[in-house]
Amino acid sequence: MEENKLIELKGITKVFDETPVLDNIDLYIRQKEFITLLGPSGCGKTTTLRIIAGFEYPTAGTVLFDGADVSSVPPYKREVNTVFQKYALFPHMNVEDNIAFGLTLKHVPQDEIRQRVGQMLELIDLPGYNKRKVDSLSGGQQQRIAIARALINRPKVLLLDEPLGALDLKMRKEMQLELKSMQQQLGITFVYVTHDQEEALTMSDTIVVMAQGRIQQIGTPEMIYNEPKNGFVADFIGESNIIDGVMHADCDVYFGGARFECVDKGFAPDEPVDVVVRPEDIYLVEPDKGQISGRVISTTFKGVHYEMIVECDGYEWMIQDTTMREVGAEVGLFVRPFDIHIMKKSDVKLYSDEIYEEEFPDEAEEQDEEQ
Amino acid sequence: MKNSKYFAYPYVLWMVFFIVAPLLLVVYYAFFNYGTGEFTLANFTQVFTDKDINYVLIFLRSVVLAVACTAICLLIGYPAAYFLADKKLKMPAVIVLLFIMPMWMNFLLRTYATMNILSGIPFLERLFMNNVWGVLLGMVYNYLPFMILPVYSVLSKMDPSYIEAASDLGASPRCTFTRVVFPLSLPGVVTGITMVFMPAVSTFAIATLIGGSKVTIIGDIIQRYFGKTSTWGIGSALSVVLLLFIIIGMLITNAVNMRDPARRKRGASGAVKKQTV
Repeated sequence: MEENKLIELKGITKVFDETPVLDNIDLYIRQKEFITLLGPSGCGKTTTLRIIAGFEYPTAGTVLFDGADVSSVPPYKREVNTVFQKYALFPHMNVEDNIAFGLTLKHVPQDEIRQRVGQMLELIDLPGYNKRKVDSLSGGQQQRIAIARALINRPKVLLLDEPLGALDLKMRKEMQLELKSMQQQLGITFVYVTHDQEEALTMSDTIVVMAQGRIQQIGTPEMIYNEPKNGFVADFIGESNIIDGVMHADCDVYFGGARFECVDKGFAPDEPVDVVVRPEDIYLVEPDKGQISGRVISTTFKGVHYEMIVECDGYEWMIQDTTMREVGAEVGLFVRPFDIHIMKKSDVKLYSDEIYEEEFPDEAEEQDEEQ
Repeated sequence: MKNSKYFAYPYVLWMVFFIVAPLLLVVYYAFFNYGTGEFTLANFTQVFTDKDINYVLIFLRSVVLAVACTAICLLIGYPAAYFLADKKLKMPAVIVLLFIMPMWMNFLLRTYATMNILSGIPFLERLFMNNVWGVLLGMVYNYLPFMILPVYSVLSKMDPSYIEAASDLGASPRCTFTRVVFPLSLPGVVTGITMVFMPAVSTFAIATLIGGSKVTIIGDIIQRYFGKTSTWGIGSALSVVLLLFIIIGMLITNAVNMRDPARRKRGASGAVKKQTV
């Protein structure tokens, strides 16, 4: 496992003009992994990527690449390549010259350059575009050229900074799948930055959720979605009902005006907690058959399902169901024990790895295996 | 906007009275006898065959001086603009102001000041007064801001991700400059060259004040001929020839700029318009 670590960030802190942007980030990236840095804008994900690329130097901490300290190595000496958010294709060069830029600098023979540019254009499905001007191409095509320009150098790591942000939804979906298959085909490590949780869930092997310059959770897409470590992650990934609760005893939690059976253990008696329930995990039943009951106050058609807000005892619950209930209808709410996620009250520090391990030793082991 | 063409009318009026009409007058005076109003090429014959004054030599001297001035402005101005466009600069506005402040002063006043500074210091006086080097110095001093501003304008608007992309792909800082930054800044350079060369080739007063009687350039000669009404004809002929020189100069600059296929679409003149407005 140890030799598998391609990039390692140790205690990375970055301060811009006295504003801390990254606070003691520890992260490692394995070979051939598709890892996504996910978070809202200003969470430090792009800065992390730029530190790996070498465009920014960390205020404190070290960056290891293949075990060697590269913290102060300039970008042009690093074996990584970047795909920029706005592509940054050179407007004074045609497609071919853009893609060949890195190879020309390395004085690769002309024949080989021509051949490899051809291969790249095949790979990105734009054969014959050699002499086109870059600003005559669509956003999606420019993005492919930018990817080809980076990949032709055969980097060990490809860094992608919100590369699909400027594309329309349909194009974005297509490119997501294409990027993923490209990554698997070439066996290159991808470090991908996005604020789009769906994109992250679709493409990644590992997701790193970041907020306020800190890592909130590292895990597989399934783990991040099903077992969010704190209120922030639950809130950011998918839709969630996050409600104050009290943990009376192991597997016995009070929230929303009723006691519920759950599967979480290890809290202090009567400890205040955050309770997270996904809207699709709440079942609408007859008023007397649910654990709590209330009245539907709004119903919105969302395509696959209806999104309904039900008010119970002063709390508003968001519920997704394929069967519509009329506004004003009395309904019961039923939640299964394992769909109730209990989290310590939010101070981000409490969710660091050590404490997580103490709380959920089983899951911490799982995560170690994943990483 | 549908009727936006009306907004151009004041300028059209201006152009007719102050650009087209004077230009036609100059052409008229050049080709027609001032007294009789008959068509004549005598003015031009005199320009090229005068026994007392070698106009061809003066034209050549003016062009060589203007080219030298433009080259020096580029050599000094480009690095200055590059420095000014540095995103890490603390107070760019203040420093840019310092560079363009000389432009706020009247041109003649500025030249008199230059003359006094040069003649007030013996070491400088020996080097620069009453010779061609002083004239060159005065011209560079006057026209340098016209090189710095357009280059600065292009460099400061350049997307830093181009530089990062070049660096990311393995280009050393020097390589990044020669292959990406400089080619992308060419429209600004072309504008700067045009804006320095054109006034420099027709400049007057600088040569008289600093160069004394030793260095005669075409601008001063033309000014002298327009001082007396009886010699407007030859002055106009000289102006027309000078105009041809400027047009040829611009055509050459544009042709060089257009040679690069990537810039053909935008065109040099387009860049000029954008920068000067």
